[in-house]
Formats: sequence, C-alpha cells, structure tokens
Amino acid sequence: MMSSVFSKPEKWSVFRRRFFQETDIIVVGSIPLVAFLSVFMGAVIALQTASSMSSPLLPDYTVGYITRSSTVLEFSPTIISLIIAGKVGSNIASEIGTMRVTEQIDALEIMGVNSIGYLMLPKILGATIFFPFVIIISMCLSLIGGWIAGVQSGFYSTETYLYGIQAFWHEEGHTLYYALVKSVVFGFLITSIACYYGYYTRGGALEVGRSSTKAVVAASVAILLANYVLTQLILL
Amino acid sequence: MIEVRNVSKTFGDTQILFDVSARFDKGRVNLIIGASGQGKSVLTKCIVGLHEVDEGGAILYDDRNFSAMDRKARIEIRKEIGMLFQGSALFDSLTVEENVSFPLKMFTDMSVEERRERANFCLERVNIVNKNHLLPAETSGGMQKRIAIARAIAMNPRYLFCDEPNSGLDPKTSIVIDNLIKEITYEYDMTTIVITHDMNSVMEIGDNIIFINEGRKWWEGDNQQIIKTDNQEVVNFVYASSFMKNLREKLINS
Repeated sequence: MMSSVFSKPEKWSVFRRRFFQETDIIVVGSIPLVAFLSVFMGAVIALQTASSMSSPLLPDYTVGYITRSSTVLEFSPTIISLIIAGKVGSNIASEIGTMRVTEQIDALEIMGVNSIGYLMLPKILGATIFFPFVIIISMCLSLIGGWIAGVQSGFYSTETYLYGIQAFWHEEGHTLYYALVKSVVFGFLITSIACYYGYYTRGGALEVGRSSTKAVVAASVAILLANYVLTQLILL
Repeated sequence: MIEVRNVSKTFGDTQILFDVSARFDKGRVNLIIGASGQGKSVLTKCIVGLHEVDEGGAILYDDRNFSAMDRKARIEIRKEIGMLFQGSALFDSLTVEENVSFPLKMFTDMSVEERRERANFCLERVNIVNKNHLLPAETSGGMQKRIAIARAIAMNPRYLFCDEPNSGLDPKTSIVIDNLIKEITYEYDMTTIVITHDMNSVMEIGDNIIFINEGRKWWEGDNQQIIKTDNQEVVNFVYASSFMKNLREKLINS
C-alpha cells in the first residue's frame, strides 16, 4: 500500500490543491479543539502540582518547571495526539470507508486514477508535516493555561512561573526536539492507519462505523507503542 | 469491441465464474442479465480490471490484452472507459460540474474554461441544465444517474459500462435512462455493456443479451430471440411472473 501512497501523483496541480485542502481539514480544523484542551490541561497540571507541593524545601518556581516538563515531554505530544487520533482518525476512516462502500473508490480506479495515492498522500503528508506546529501551539497554550490558573489562584506570581518554565532549559532543550520527532511520527501513524482502515472497508454503513472505531483503537495503540520506542531511542 | 476469453474467477475456495467467453460488439447495447449472485457483477469487475481473472482467461479491448497488462498500461485503456455505477458513485464533496469535469482535470491539459464548456456540453446531453453548482446529495436519484452518465462520457470513452442503471428508479425515469444509454451508444459508436435485472431494459435496448447462470454463460441472443427462447432457465428468469408468462405466450402466438 505504501508504494502506491508515495507514487508520483497523476497531476501535481490537483495534488497541490488537495494537499492544502486536507491540511486545512486535518490540521487547521483540529486547532480549536487542541487549543481548548491545552489551556485546561496546562491549568490542571499547574494547579495539581502546586496543591501537592507543601514542602518548604521546594522553590516556588518548581510548579512552572514541572508544568513545562510534563507539557513538553508528554502531555502535548502524546495526550493531544491521542485525542486527535479520535477526532481525525475516525473522520478519515469514515470518509474513505464511505467512499469505498458507495463505489467512489472503484470509480476513481476505473477512471485510471491511483486511488490510494489520490486519497491518502495529501492527508498523510499534510498531517506529518504540519502536526508538529499543532503540538507547538498546544505547548504554548498549555503553559499559558498553567500561568493563568496558578496566578489567579494565588499559588505563585507571574515572575516565579516564568522563571520556572525557563529553568534548566539549556540542559533540557533537547526535550523539544524529542517532542517534535514524536509529533511527526504520531501524525504519520494517525493518518496512515486511519486511511488503511477506511480504504479496506468492506460492506455497508455498519462496517464504515466499525472501520472508524478500529482505526481509532489501532492508532491509539500505535501511538503508545511508538511513544515508548521513541523515548527509549531518544531520551535514554 | 470487447472480448472475454475463457474467464474463470475464484475467491479463496469459491469459484464464481466458470470459463465464460463472450464478445461485445461496438455500436451495440450489450446486456448481461441473470439472477442475483450468479456472477454478473464479478464478470463486469473482471472486464474493467477491478478483479484479476484466473490464469488462462483473457480480456481483450479491441485485441489489446487488458488482463496481461501492468497497471501503467491499463491506465491508458481505463482512460477510454466510462462507467455508470449502481449507486451513481458521484463524489460527495464535489459539485455536479466538478464531478463531470473531474476526469478532464485529472487527465487532460484543458483550461478551466474548456473543462467547463465540456462539462456543460455533457450535462446538456443528459438534459441537466443549471444544476452545475449543486452537490450530488441535493439532486434526485434519476438526476444522479444522468450526472454519472455525463461524467462517464466526458472523456469521449470508447467503452461504456453500466451497472444496474435502473435500480431504485421509477419506471418512467428508467425509460429515460435506458433511452439515453441507447442514444449515446449509437451516437458515439461505443461498446456498451449494461448489467441489468430490469426486464423492460432487456426488451427495449438489448441488442445483444448474455444470460449468466451459476457463473456460466447460459444463453446468448437479442431482444427478439429472448421472447421465443425455450431455454428453461432464461424463461424462468425473464418471465418469472404469471403476467410476463401470459405476455410471452401472447407474443409468441401473435
């Protein structure tokens, strides 16, 4: 399947247009949900960290530091990817699955169009290239959420929080690289798995629903496994 | 002309088609008829290359051996094929005009204006006017079939396939679709293959009829011969109701 996905498109102008359309749907369309989740995720991380740190030995900026570390290392790249796997994965699988059961894919094939490449490549490329930007947006908003929640609740001052989120960055800056590599891999996994399940749907409306569920489950499992492997490879 | 030579098709342990050979001539409406589950659709999918035929079989498009070709070579023949699907298979996200001009956009260097002109010509040919900006979901079943015919003829195909073009349509619209298929076939001198259950189509447009039963070619003839045939399976299928049986008797006696 992958060789058909990455074979030369029939027409570059059509591919270019579809690439931007799909990027808009998959990536830009996910930003409102990601933004909403990230702000509250950051706020909860900061509040939980602050409320559970009662030791006077720990400096106040620790909350900012822990919020940044957990956001960059795990929450933004992995948790947000899992949520996007639910939204985008089911959307892609049901869209392509419906095209399969309504013979639209057969129609493409009979016209001489490489249906796998035409349908999948713009989605997979769009998500793989632009997904890291969504994750960066998520990180920023999560940190903003942590700042608003902590300052509003009186746990720390803006200066302390800002100091905390910058603490040890020169030693731990590579965690951003780790997070971005993860987001590229996760973007690829979510879209390619969803495309696969959608494309090989057989039957009717019931099977489209099943494919959609299977795609989300498989993408989530793949994300968690890849997360473990990438952590072993990059961080340790 | 399309020729099917000794085509068999097996899925796993189940053989669906058994050594089917047939010839579909140019400028004629060729019908493939038969009860559900007898192999009509599988045969058609083999002809258009959606299924590979078993070893020993061959599909020839004007003496070009389609089944022996690789994917790239097949694409050239596929550009000469138009197909009308049972459910129309129009692209949901594209408008009527975009659907019709889709193959032109993919395979020609026509400008936007030229594509629009060609799409309008094809839509007018199937009697659809001023519906260009509607989505398929906003049109009726009969209209969707006509749009699908317009898309199928957009590239000036040499071969036209119609998979149950009348399914889900009222008798009046069915006649419109049948006549359209017939007119287009004669007008553009195409090789047309229609899979149908519709007995009205069989009588109206069947220049050449192939009856498939239990995965085999059981009978072949035209719409006059099918009235008089004594092939019991054909008679049981075509004249299934007592009304049709009486009609047949009257036709034979007259």
